[in-house]
Amino acid sequence: MSALFQSLIPEFERMKQRYPAGFESSLVLPCVRRVQEARGHVADEDIAAIAAYLRVPRIQIEEVLSYYTQFRSEAVGKLRVEVCRNVSCSMNGAERLIGHLCKRLGVAEGGTTTDGRITLSTAECLGSCGTAPVVVVNDQYHENMSIEKVDRLIDGLKGD
Amino acid sequence: MAKDTKILMTFPVTATSHRLEEVRARGGYQALEKALKTMTRQEVQQQISDSGLQGRGGAAFATGRKWSVIQLGDGQPHYLCANADEGEPGTFKDRWILENAPHLLIESMMIAAYALEVRHAFVYIRGEFEGPYRRLADALEEAYAAGLCGNNILGTDFSCDLVIYRGAGSYVCGEASALITSIEGKRGYPRNRPPRLTVKGLYQLPTVINNVETLSNVAWIVAHGGAAFKAVGSAKAPGTRLISISGHIARPGVYEIEVGYPWKRLIYDDCGGMQGGAKLKCVIPGGISTKVLTGEEIEKLNLDPAEVEPAGSSMGSGGMVAIAEGTCMVRLLQVMLRFYHHESCGQCTPCREGMGWLHRLIDRIVAGQGRLQDLDLMARISRLQDGNTICGMGDAAGYATLGILAKYRHEFEHWISTGRSMHEGNLECRRSS
Repeated sequence: MSALFQSLIPEFERMKQRYPAGFESSLVLPCVRRVQEARGHVADEDIAAIAAYLRVPRIQIEEVLSYYTQFRSEAVGKLRVEVCRNVSCSMNGAERLIGHLCKRLGVAEGGTTTDGRITLSTAECLGSCGTAPVVVVNDQYHENMSIEKVDRLIDGLKGD
Repeated sequence: MAKDTKILMTFPVTATSHRLEEVRARGGYQALEKALKTMTRQEVQQQISDSGLQGRGGAAFATGRKWSVIQLGDGQPHYLCANADEGEPGTFKDRWILENAPHLLIESMMIAAYALEVRHAFVYIRGEFEGPYRRLADALEEAYAAGLCGNNILGTDFSCDLVIYRGAGSYVCGEASALITSIEGKRGYPRNRPPRLTVKGLYQLPTVINNVETLSNVAWIVAHGGAAFKAVGSAKAPGTRLISISGHIARPGVYEIEVGYPWKRLIYDDCGGMQGGAKLKCVIPGGISTKVLTGEEIEKLNLDPAEVEPAGSSMGSGGMVAIAEGTCMVRLLQVMLRFYHHESCGQCTPCREGMGWLHRLIDRIVAGQGRLQDLDLMARISRLQDGNTICGMGDAAGYATLGILAKYRHEFEHWISTGRSMHEGNLECRRSS
């Protein structure tokens, strides 16, 4: 078991207290999320550690990882930029925004910049229709975006 | 009648109006106290039945009837889940509650938990809702610290824990049985009914799943009585609705309207009409899975299921999208079908294959390679999905497709016969000059 997983166990134990007894299987999603937050993605050794800790079959973790859009088993850029392209965002300029970002970052949708810093992806409805279009950077919403605002946002992104 | 009653949006939103201190100063948690200290479980359930409250997630099922399936004193654990997996495109009303009135949801859930003999309750919130999750999680810790949640709530012998369970990006998990499967820590696959979830739900035990907005009405009903709630709105659809309106509207946002409120008044008076004074082309009434109505069709309608349904659509989830004249409906449907294709969980053949098929057909039309018979094919695929899948997603994509095809077929025919859009593929609002 990795030191990373070991260090999260006290947190998981605290979390368990509000669940009914026998709900170990339910902890799969929260554990996967927390491990991903800590590592940036879920590595093969994490899958084994979660399965052993929760006493669930390894395949359950793998199925969950491949099913949910937010989970990833491979490393991406430290800065994850997502643009919603569903109905209300598209009706308020999301397609122009995506085109602009692809050009500016020199990547296609889903791609990572050559320095490995920024990953650009598109998303379906994020519940930001009234403040469309929305750009999400590392889970933080930036709403009512325009090309000028998204340029300022990218300029101001810190961290590698 | 004025039709101006508010049940949920009753206070001015400020930077601190969601905090427990201010909530209690406004009278928050008095309904919980009333329920726990002066009412039996059956009395609370009776008030909900009397209120005529219906589900606000889209299906409008009677809440009292759903609750009545739970057998009190049957010796089994019962579970309660608030569905906060708001993901129907165009819908962001539950987000308003989670961000601005999280204690209203927590109070209402504790009342519901008491009425349904629930020891453990869950809020299933979509994974992308980082901000709403923080607000709700902070509110929950405030509630625990104040003895409004957890052991011996308000000094009574009623105890209930509340867990916020975060999804991870799956539209289908907003479907109740998929939501349950997700809380069990698995892929969010919908399940066949029967058995109903109120009989065999979470870990095969009786489970009530209600939408966030539905549950948030419970505190008001307990405070004012079921009869008072029933007097609001219309007799067959009592209460108010949170309408989240977006698209080409001048003032998008969440509006609480009493059922029966004039549609025109919402669009032109409250929301200031369309962006840049454009003309209204059509409206998606309640999430993209509800059938589109033209600007003329909504003119005389009131926002009441008794009027919207005979007009051929539904109030659905209250996620309204206003679309301006000059918008290309072919491209709009393309955006929708790409979405449905992306979100199909792949369990049922008609949806797994049908979504991809519809998506490929519309992409082909947009690429200028469409054939006129593709339109009949799209309608046929849509009808084949209806009622032939475990969950309603197959039906929903079909309704969206059939709704647009029925009213804007000429735009598709134009693209197919000329190889280009009638409206230059336009999705954004441009003022018609």
